Amino acid sequence: MPKLSAILTLTSSLILGVAGVWVAYNVDMLPVSASMNAPVYDELYRVLFIIGIILFIGMTALVIYSLFQFRRRPGETGDGIDLEGNISLEIFWTAVPAIVVLFVGLYSYDIYDRMGGMQPLMHDHSGQMDNQAERVWGGIGSGPIESSSTNNSSSLPIELTAMQFAFIFHYPKGDIISGELHVPVGREVSLKMESKDVIHAFWVPQFRLKQDVIPGQPTILNFTPTKAGNFPIVCAELCGPYHGGMRSNVIVDEQEDFDTWLKANSKESI
Amino acid sequence: MTISLKPNNSPSKKLQPTGWLKYLSFSLDHKVIGLQYLVCGFLFYLIGGSLAGAIRVELFSPLSDFMPREVYNQVLTLHGTIMIFLWIVPVVNGAFGNYLIPFYVGARDMAFPRLNAVAFWLIPPSGLMLITSYFINGAAQSGWTAYPPLSITTPAAGQIIWILSVLLLGGSSIFGGINFIATILKLRRPGLKLMQLPMYCWAMLGTSILVVLSTPVLAGTLILLSFDIVAHTGFFNPSLGGNVIVYQHLFWFYSHPAVYIMVLPAFGLVSEILPIHSRKPLFGYTTMVFSIMGIVVLGLVVWAHHMFTSGTPPWMRLFFTIATAFIAVPTGIKFFNWVATLWGGKISLNGAMLFSCGFIINFVLGGITGVALAQVPFDVHVHDTYFVVAHFHYIVYGGSVFVIFSSIYHWFPKFTGKMLNENLGRFHFIITFIGFNLCFAPQHWLGLNGMPRRVAEYDPQFQLINQISSLGALLMAISTLPFLWNILQSILFGDEAGDNPWNALTPEWLTSSPPPVENWEGDAPLVLEPYGYGKKDSNVTQEEIK
Repeated sequence: MPKLSAILTLTSSLILGVAGVWVAYNVDMLPVSASMNAPVYDELYRVLFIIGIILFIGMTALVIYSLFQFRRRPGETGDGIDLEGNISLEIFWTAVPAIVVLFVGLYSYDIYDRMGGMQPLMHDHSGQMDNQAERVWGGIGSGPIESSSTNNSSSLPIELTAMQFAFIFHYPKGDIISGELHVPVGREVSLKMESKDVIHAFWVPQFRLKQDVIPGQPTILNFTPTKAGNFPIVCAELCGPYHGGMRSNVIVDEQEDFDTWLKANSKESI
Repeated sequence: MTISLKPNNSPSKKLQPTGWLKYLSFSLDHKVIGLQYLVCGFLFYLIGGSLAGAIRVELFSPLSDFMPREVYNQVLTLHGTIMIFLWIVPVVNGAFGNYLIPFYVGARDMAFPRLNAVAFWLIPPSGLMLITSYFINGAAQSGWTAYPPLSITTPAAGQIIWILSVLLLGGSSIFGGINFIATILKLRRPGLKLMQLPMYCWAMLGTSILVVLSTPVLAGTLILLSFDIVAHTGFFNPSLGGNVIVYQHLFWFYSHPAVYIMVLPAFGLVSEILPIHSRKPLFGYTTMVFSIMGIVVLGLVVWAHHMFTSGTPPWMRLFFTIATAFIAVPTGIKFFNWVATLWGGKISLNGAMLFSCGFIINFVLGGITGVALAQVPFDVHVHDTYFVVAHFHYIVYGGSVFVIFSSIYHWFPKFTGKMLNENLGRFHFIITFIGFNLCFAPQHWLGLNGMPRRVAEYDPQFQLINQISSLGALLMAISTLPFLWNILQSILFGDEAGDNPWNALTPEWLTSSPPPVENWEGDAPLVLEPYGYGKKDSNVTQEEIK
């Protein structure tokens, strides 16, 4: 009998594992990925989804099975088995979650590093800042740490001013002011964000990026769009009555279309 | 060994009103105070639930067309504040804690009965004050988090009343916490060791430690915020040189532990309910105790995971990711132990059992999304979206509120001496479970696909899913009716419960239902094995039980 139950446990966990992987690869709940860190994000999401679905289905099945199998039949009296604990079992289900959690933590650290989120603060943009007293917090970059510092010169600087209830974009090159964000495909954008009044947040779901826009604390967010198209910019921090209406668009163009737009709108000849 | 504990014959106790009037009085009886907390909390739950209904009506269509935008923000602020500070925290701590802890430690009352009554009577006025602020110039509009500068720039009257109200409720919580710590540590019946206490005592000890350590920080923070609003100081006002991020750190230093203040007592209650209705000893008592204390320690050092998009430095993101994810380990132990408690039992599928099992399933999902949210790269996409709304409702509603219902089904016979109708209870469970999951499961998708939280209007592509969610909310509202009917008809016409309808071994069942003012007619029973089910020779000391 113990042999049979071991085989049963093994097969059911195998089926559960396969089912988890299948679900994670076939149920796509994410929007289009349109930036350099979006595919990296989706990879992490998939791993978390596989682990989550296995755990959830496993635990739910155990609870429902117990309720069915060990239910009190009509006319039945008396107590269940006298089982107060099992040291090896308890060590097992302490150790396994600890290992899984440690794995997930280190893996997500690696993912974050690949997104460029672990870049040191005040590293790349300090030279450009006019006011040395301004504190600049590193946002999430686009590539590995090494490349971002060398690519620095080629990144496109844009300034974002958030206010109740709009995003205003300013392009220093050409002195363009726009309510929508126009960016070219495949080039790193360096968005310097500051709020005029309360806290807002800049979120592009298709870029898998969000950063609070905080009054009194300029923040730089780096990202590289990879897909041409029109994506929403959403304010994600409660900022007042019209918070839900504080939306804009990011228009990702091919380089030549972007150049045309830039030329057509600049106030000074470049 | 038997030491007789004399009843507290203070003269004021004899002047207490009797009958139903005692529930409206400054009663010093822990059982009366417990029920005062429960009924008062439930009334606020109905108000908070109606506000949630208003939110779901507004979100039925993508446009802001049901109520003015300012009112919508007031409604969501009141909904959050009422549900946390006036329903879940007072009920899982105050109601069940006051009713059960003196029984569990073998005492006749709490350590400080007057402080106990003061703690309760702070709640109704502050709750009423909070709600009436809506009619005086409008309630607070900055969410239950009250982040500056928004909370400084929105109309001051509502925000100040909100602060006062939360300060009073925080004070009530601290008084309660001190009382529980003193009662559990100092009022134990002679001969009863800490490791022989029912698990709910450990949960309340851990929770009270969190309350006492973290609530004063919230109080200090809100006082500074009120200075910024009233006296135009600049603690958190960036235009006066203040720092808005400091507020977030201080706020979450309380408000993350607040999650454990809402769920740890629920964990304790489930640990009492499952063994009785499955006729099995609680599995892994010792690991349960250590996991509670592990959650308490870790719960104090994870607050910044609410601030991953606030410009926190990388080292902080890394530390808080790892610390947060590790809470899954002690929490996981508890869940595995509960399933092991069910295993091989003789399970009664009644209201108490079903709601506890519903809690396990819901909370596992909330816990999984919680570990995912702890990962910084995952969080930067879904932070402040409906994914988070879904996550924390799985924790506080699917978790704590399911346990509150389970506990009411379980202890109602003790509270009143009457049985509830179990068929109505099962019906209540089924529509609550379906309604809850229909309401909140689709919200995970909404968050992942771009719907931020706290919005009165949204992208029309999300309409269908929002309508499904609103339908679930409607079912949740309807599910309250069979519950209320059950309570009403049981009080009026219910079957007599007898002293111990569940054949339970914990001390509150070893007395009459409802219990006498002094809890036991004779000496307090010495229960050394509160979970000794299935034993041939039970070690429960029976000599003192009639």
